[in-house]
Amino acid sequence: MSNDNMQFDLKIWKQEDGDSQGAFQEYHMEGVSEDMSFLEMLDLLNEKLIKNGDEPVEFDYDCREGICGACSLVVNGIAHGPKEETPVCELYMREFEDGQEIVIEPWRAAAFPVIKDLVVDRSAFDRIMAAGGYISTKTGSAPEANTIAVDKEDADKAFDYATCIGCGACVAACPNSSASLFTGAKISHLSLLPQGKHERKERAVRMVEQMEKEGFGDCSNHAECEAVCPVGISISAIARMRKEYMRAVTES
Amino acid sequence: MSLASNVPEGDLKEKWTKRLNDINLVAPNNKRLYNVIVVGTGLAGASAAASLAELGYNVQSFCIQDSARRAHSIAAQGGINAAKNYPNDGDTIWRLFYDTIKGGDYRSRESNVYRLAEISNEIIDQAVAQGVPFAREYGGLLANRSFGGAQVSRTFYARGQTGQQLLLGAYQAFMKEIDSGKIDYYPRHEMLDLVVHNGKARGIVTRDLVSGEIRRHTADAVLLCTGGYGNAYYLSTNAKNSNVTAAWRCHKRGAYFANPCYVQIHPTCIPQSGDYQSKLTLMSESLRNDGRVWVPKDKNDERHPNDIPEEERDYYLERKYPSFGNLVPRDVASRNAKYVTDEGRGVGETGKAVYLDFADAIERRGRDYIEEKYGNLFEMYHKITDENPYERPMRIFPAVHYTMGGLWVDYNLMSNIPGLFVLGEANFSDHGGNRLGASALMQGLADGYFVIPYTLGDYLGGEDLDQVEGNEEAFEEAENYAQEHIDKLLNVEGDKTVVEFHQELGKIMWDKVGISRDEEGLKEAIKEIQELRDEFWERVRVPGESANYNKYLEFAGRVADFLELGELMAKDALHREESAGCHFREEYQTEEGEALRNDEEFSYVAAFEYQGLNGEIQHELHKENLEFEFVELKQRSYK
Repeated sequence: MSNDNMQFDLKIWKQEDGDSQGAFQEYHMEGVSEDMSFLEMLDLLNEKLIKNGDEPVEFDYDCREGICGACSLVVNGIAHGPKEETPVCELYMREFEDGQEIVIEPWRAAAFPVIKDLVVDRSAFDRIMAAGGYISTKTGSAPEANTIAVDKEDADKAFDYATCIGCGACVAACPNSSASLFTGAKISHLSLLPQGKHERKERAVRMVEQMEKEGFGDCSNHAECEAVCPVGISISAIARMRKEYMRAVTES
Repeated sequence: MSLASNVPEGDLKEKWTKRLNDINLVAPNNKRLYNVIVVGTGLAGASAAASLAELGYNVQSFCIQDSARRAHSIAAQGGINAAKNYPNDGDTIWRLFYDTIKGGDYRSRESNVYRLAEISNEIIDQAVAQGVPFAREYGGLLANRSFGGAQVSRTFYARGQTGQQLLLGAYQAFMKEIDSGKIDYYPRHEMLDLVVHNGKARGIVTRDLVSGEIRRHTADAVLLCTGGYGNAYYLSTNAKNSNVTAAWRCHKRGAYFANPCYVQIHPTCIPQSGDYQSKLTLMSESLRNDGRVWVPKDKNDERHPNDIPEEERDYYLERKYPSFGNLVPRDVASRNAKYVTDEGRGVGETGKAVYLDFADAIERRGRDYIEEKYGNLFEMYHKITDENPYERPMRIFPAVHYTMGGLWVDYNLMSNIPGLFVLGEANFSDHGGNRLGASALMQGLADGYFVIPYTLGDYLGGEDLDQVEGNEEAFEEAENYAQEHIDKLLNVEGDKTVVEFHQELGKIMWDKVGISRDEEGLKEAIKEIQELRDEFWERVRVPGESANYNKYLEFAGRVADFLELGELMAKDALHREESAGCHFREEYQTEEGEALRNDEEFSYVAAFEYQGLNGEIQHELHKENLEFEFVELKQRSYK
């Protein structure tokens, strides 16, 4: 039978809004089942807080099955917590020791300002995408699908980059707060496909420039991003991005 | 208001072409004079917003998530149907149409479904051109797989993340139009009301979920692309923020709600493990291509599944449905899982599960083959249950997944309120009593890419719309109503949480308006929901304030709406004295235990008009008769 009475000492970042100073607040949790997800443990905490007339802890989530990319917690210093290739919504309490202290913080990066508590503003990612993260295809203008053949190997590789969920853990883990893995993943996905080759130069330049404009730092090859990426995007995305960028600025 | 379905005359195969030939057009340089609101950024919303912006309309797009890319379409796993017939196995547009009509148990509109099948191929073309990385064969061309309810392989897929890849394709087209300045983008905004001015939809009222500010937005038309209402059950495969509020508030402004009782309960989900559970996770039904469903022959058999010998297992779907086997439609698979667990033959700690076993497929095709096809699903299962499905069978159980009902729309996807269009899962139109797998993505994108760009133009080109400024009485009234509703929620200051109410509602819905229903249970459900709703307004405790980020305030508004919708779902299920698709009434079944339709009396769309009177919720039923000119109604059989 599973253990359904685990206890934890939680230290959670509380911050009223982007302009306020934040601080850690401590909470003691009992009656946690090892089969609870990490977010369900926080739900339970909030139920208790609300019942006591206290303020609940705000955090982002939606699908709770690892695909929407909304959840965004740093758990004991690691973006998405201790389990490899797992977003925090798919992290289960069985990964923790009974009685353990758990420190929970938001993504910390200048380009991701805090909205409240553990909720941050990641709209910078949307703006990077708007700067070229697409193939221009007006609705209705597409050729018959099988007139575009793609080598299976390229298609599979493109998929591996396209699988990015846009959560921002890469930024949170990077000592420079760089968004290179996120940006590189989209540039790599699209440049690997024949459909994406036509706009590759403009795409690489505009997306990289937008990334800088948003206040993300440069990549200096720490590879922390790859280590925390919940879907296992390879740091080779960054090498591809650089190659695409260099090619665009050198071959005019 | 009438229920004119507005279907073009003539042969089924000519109807859509005929409509396209006859519609009003808006000249290219005039499109910039029109403002269109699109609520929701899933497959339907993102594809509609992008396509309309490309045409030159001014689009305002709203979503509750922090980014358009997070809409719940992202979670669709298995695939998207199209009648390409690439595998050369005999697929045609007619066959896709026929399978969809039959799968829906003859409770959808022929003309809409035929159009959907007709458009299906263009969607694949569009997605490929956008760079959607569909699975491919070694020769570089697209791969297909089979799905429930069909005997051809017509499903295109991107591993188990087809929804993600299609949504990102639409999202990227959408971001391109933000870049070009044709879309004004409002993430973290929730629609709280529809503004109906001079009988037409002319705007919405929203709450900025960060600042709490209530705002008015004006437009010439409003497109609702806000998904389904499966979260009425609390536990479902829907995302936590999926809700009915936008649709329900349109309903309260006069839009008819159609077939609310048609709810799809998906057979292959990860079973619930405890009361704390916040949502259920779907395992794509594509798994039934290679997995075999079974339970022990004996009750309460507590042996490890691998220790139960072959002859003591009951592969009940293969036994009862030899020609479709494990690939019977979702409703049939779900109901049978309920029967075997009700008999006491369920597995796992709770007894509320059946096995989905891949041992044979792994032996026959090799582990690599299974990993290539379902790797991410197996990993997800492993993470959640801590059990390795390569080594022991998965445990699965049905869970609420998709709602076929929704706001009533005509052939042009317009509701009975002129100027209010409803796309994707939010409308009722294409799936009848049951949706086939891989058809939701098809419908969302068909509506957004290839239907609304024409039918919206038809409406705008044919109407004489006066200017609205946002200070008209209807806007004033809607904004005040939204603010009062929020204040009311915050002022109850009771002792029970929003989640507690939602869980209680979910239990009533699951037990009495779930996989199978009967008159007694439905009557009890109606009474219990009414009582729960009264209790909600006396005892709910909503923390915090309205003027900043407040998740529980958002939830409170949504649960208040579910508490009204739930009653209507039960009333619809009670009035429909037949079984059809996912709506299974115990009183109406064949001798073999299959759903027994009553075509004489119930071959209609039930469209409910809201009539709130002195705090009592009442509805008037309007019927749109379903005419079947081109297919013959049959008792569904998957034997």
